[in-house]
Amino acid sequence: MKVDPALVDHVARLARLGLTPDDRLRYVSELTRILAYVEKLNTLDVAGAEPLVHPFEGRNVFRPDAVQASPPPEDGLANAPDRIEKFFKVPKVIE
Amino acid sequence: MPGVLPVLNRAAYELGIRAALALHCEIAPFTKFDRKNYFYPDLPKAYQISQFDIPLSRQGWLDVDVAGRALRVRIHRAHLEEDAGKLLHPELREGGDPADDGGGGGGVRAGRAGYSLVDFNRSGVPLLEIVTEPDMRTPEEAYEYLTALKRVLQYSGVSDCDMEKGSLRCDANVSVRPRGSETLGTRTETKNLNSFKFLAKALAHEAARQIKVLEAGGRVVQETRLWDPIAGETRPMRSKEEAHDYRYFPEPDLVPFVITPAEVERIRAALPEMPAERCARFVEQLGLPPKDAEVLTTDRGLAEYFESCVALENAPRAIANWLLGDVRKEMNERHLDIESLPVRPERLVELVRLVEGAQITRLVGKDVLTEMVVSGKDAAAIVREKGLLQIADAASLGPIVDKVLGANAKAVTDYRAGKKAALSSLVGQVMKETRGKANAPLVTRLLQEKLGG
Amino acid sequence: MEMLDLPAHELRDAVAGRRVSAREVAERSLVRIERLDPRLKAFLTLRKDAALRDADALDASIARGEPPGPLAGVPMALKDNLCTRGVRTTCASRILGNFVPTYDATVVEKLRAAGALLVGKTNMDEFAMGSSTENSAFGPTLNPWDVTRVPGGSSGGTTAAVAAGLATAGLGSDTGGSIRQPASLCGVVGLKPTYGRVSRFGLVAFASSLDQIGPITRNVRDAALCLQAIAGPDPRDSTSASVETPDFLRDLEAGAKGLRLGIPKEYFGAGIDPEVASAVEAAIDVLRRAGATTQEVSLPHTDYGIAAYYVVAPAEASSNLARYDGVRYGLRAADTRGLLSMYEETRRQGFGREVSRRIMLGTFALSSGYYDAYYQKALKVRRRIKDDFDAAFGSVDALVCPTSPVPAFKLGEKADDPLQMYLADVFTVCLNMAGLPGISVPCGLAGGKLPIGLQILGRAFDESTVLRVARAYERETDWHSRRPEVAEA
Repeated sequence: MKVDPALVDHVARLARLGLTPDDRLRYVSELTRILAYVEKLNTLDVAGAEPLVHPFEGRNVFRPDAVQASPPPEDGLANAPDRIEKFFKVPKVIE
Repeated sequence: MPGVLPVLNRAAYELGIRAALALHCEIAPFTKFDRKNYFYPDLPKAYQISQFDIPLSRQGWLDVDVAGRALRVRIHRAHLEEDAGKLLHPELREGGDPADDGGGGGGVRAGRAGYSLVDFNRSGVPLLEIVTEPDMRTPEEAYEYLTALKRVLQYSGVSDCDMEKGSLRCDANVSVRPRGSETLGTRTETKNLNSFKFLAKALAHEAARQIKVLEAGGRVVQETRLWDPIAGETRPMRSKEEAHDYRYFPEPDLVPFVITPAEVERIRAALPEMPAERCARFVEQLGLPPKDAEVLTTDRGLAEYFESCVALENAPRAIANWLLGDVRKEMNERHLDIESLPVRPERLVELVRLVEGAQITRLVGKDVLTEMVVSGKDAAAIVREKGLLQIADAASLGPIVDKVLGANAKAVTDYRAGKKAALSSLVGQVMKETRGKANAPLVTRLLQEKLGG
Repeated sequence: MEMLDLPAHELRDAVAGRRVSAREVAERSLVRIERLDPRLKAFLTLRKDAALRDADALDASIARGEPPGPLAGVPMALKDNLCTRGVRTTCASRILGNFVPTYDATVVEKLRAAGALLVGKTNMDEFAMGSSTENSAFGPTLNPWDVTRVPGGSSGGTTAAVAAGLATAGLGSDTGGSIRQPASLCGVVGLKPTYGRVSRFGLVAFASSLDQIGPITRNVRDAALCLQAIAGPDPRDSTSASVETPDFLRDLEAGAKGLRLGIPKEYFGAGIDPEVASAVEAAIDVLRRAGATTQEVSLPHTDYGIAAYYVVAPAEASSNLARYDGVRYGLRAADTRGLLSMYEETRRQGFGREVSRRIMLGTFALSSGYYDAYYQKALKVRRRIKDDFDAAFGSVDALVCPTSPVPAFKLGEKADDPLQMYLADVFTVCLNMAGLPGISVPCGLAGGKLPIGLQILGRAFDESTVLRVARAYERETDWHSRRPEVAEA
């Protein structure tokens, strides 16, 4: 897998990660190298293996539909970088 | 908040299965949740817990009546997911109050203040997304589908479907194609449809817009658009956004779910009869006029009230007439619904029996109903206390008829001169004298006899 | 003997028996931290006054005759990815530099209920991503045995604090070895419980299907004691297992006699330091002499563990760390123009290099066109890795092997080569992929001064056997009682 700057840009945009020109170059070489290592997985035949997402096969875990005390709204807002009253403030969403 | 984990609410899961069964869907024996990854300020984890490749249910249908024509809308899938927060745009309302965009994302208008606000109170609340196949061809069909869907969901006790509270929301996909073409055109998705009326309007507008684009030689872009109810048009919502890549993967914070056939059957058994089937049964088995049957079955509570009454007294037509006439009038005037109506089915049936058994007149019956609603007393007690039993013997009515004839010489003359209409005025006078208790046919016969036919 | 060097269970009994006050213990711990931590930099935030208040309250309750908890008066250090109400929880990241949780993690609640004195929050690799604690936005923690070397990671702060006696015990988290590897490099005991044994509620997620909280202590009994305190199903964590919590102390002293131990041959291959190999082989001999039988077993997919892990863990991390977007908590970049720029600048400024790298890697592995070849493939290899363990545990009760292929390496030695750093996890990641329990106990000193760890791996939910083997070894040796000499800064 050859990682090129366009792929780095695409992935960084998906991840909403800002890049400096230096970062971009660094990722091209680092990701290429790491993926080259990861590709040793391709030497294995795992066609019949069921993908393992959870280590154990727990099933059907619910909570009851019971009203519980919720934390005060102020708790949720306490760490807000910017807010107005009970709302989180963000840059304008649509142009 | 970092470190917090999701746990599925059992009621959400069971209601989801119930709704899917009401829509004739197949329930997955094994289902799981996935993360849908994207950044948006109303999405507090920057992913939505949803279901991707193994939804709770698939392949159902809903029969819809479109102006007397039957339309079967196929359900593609119904899956559980979590709700997002609400985005608010400060400038929309006068006085600077934040205005709600109502939908699961996006705002209505660009703001001058340069910021938006987010309210996360409803984020993480479970919801069921029901996706249809492209089976509707007109805004009217979509409107009727949504109406029928709402009725089924209310009926099955899944949701109150109150659009104002956001408990029913709708995104609509539209595409157009040349007449005779077999393939569907490129579709757009419209959000922010806060009412059934907006749905129909937005669809009509969006279809017209697409036709215009195509006729001008353009191409429809697959995108998400926003209905602006003030401007009465749709507009692109995320114009600058690149193609989506949601990077779905299995949600590691939730375990998968196994739904046994026994569990499905238990939930199915608890489902009420659906409105369309019930309506058909009311017409076929109980002999109700289709219009009456439809009105009675629109509201599950009303339908059940009706059935309780019929179980006590096999007089479906009379009971339907009472319910759709005077009872409904009482409810409207007093802002009651069928659940809060103090007259319970056994009491209403007593009233119907009194009228049908000719013990009181229909006219008296109406007043008795009002009294029942107001005082909570039963019909027999009211009739007894107020002496409202019908006067249906000639011996009692004779003197009253004579008195009325004596006091209304002009009407008598008119009648004899051939003005047959004068008779009804005389009947009215007798009824007035008896405070509505007189048996009307008997009064008419006595008057005719005494007036010499 | 310095009070703080007592095992937790002895210290607890002293406090419970009012031979020493909790206040005195807390003060001693804080004094030692003040004296030595400027050198080691194990702590990010101290609960000075709060710990003293807790100690006073504990003394008062003991004086009233209320039964003291199993960790009463034991000073404990918490990795800074465990949420603590009212106490800054940074994950050693700029992006959470000012984050103050409004709730306690389940394990924190449980430690409080057990009477532990929570003295502070410890340094770590940012968001637990790393094997050296160098990836902290607040600077590295140093190894108490040799301050030119790393303590391992990512739970390097708790481990260094426990090794240097700044706290008697502590909690770390282990996603690919982050408890066991630093325990090995610092000469202490580190236990990674079975996935699901301990609630993850309140643990700031790195990779949700791999993360597990566990104790870091100076002896095996204390590890059992701490696990007892924090284990158990939690209705707030869907993945916490609804299995009964056994009495982990019951079979602790049962010895090695009759136990069948497997020696996975893949864990002694190329790349292992010869001193590490010989120390671990000597440790296996000790267990054999103590009555265990041993046999060679094979875990054939071991060699693919790192490759699969560095797809699965970053994939989950890329999603788990997407929430740090400058909206609800933590850093928001100043002076940005518009939403997209706010997101991109906040995350660029907030995350360090390793975290950014893993976000890139994980986002790539999940993205359209690469999902099947990378993420899906890694999950299939993960299945094979688990099958390997299942097969091995068909014939043995536990596996014994080295924890880390090398002793503590120099600060900066691997910092510029991410892949070399990843390979430091070669003996630890497979256990997380399979969700199984494992422990690292001290089993030697390389060159007479750098600790070496023996790793013991067990069946799912069989921490009891893991602890029993570890204790059987510990009884026969005194490596665990060796303490580093830390000079003041």
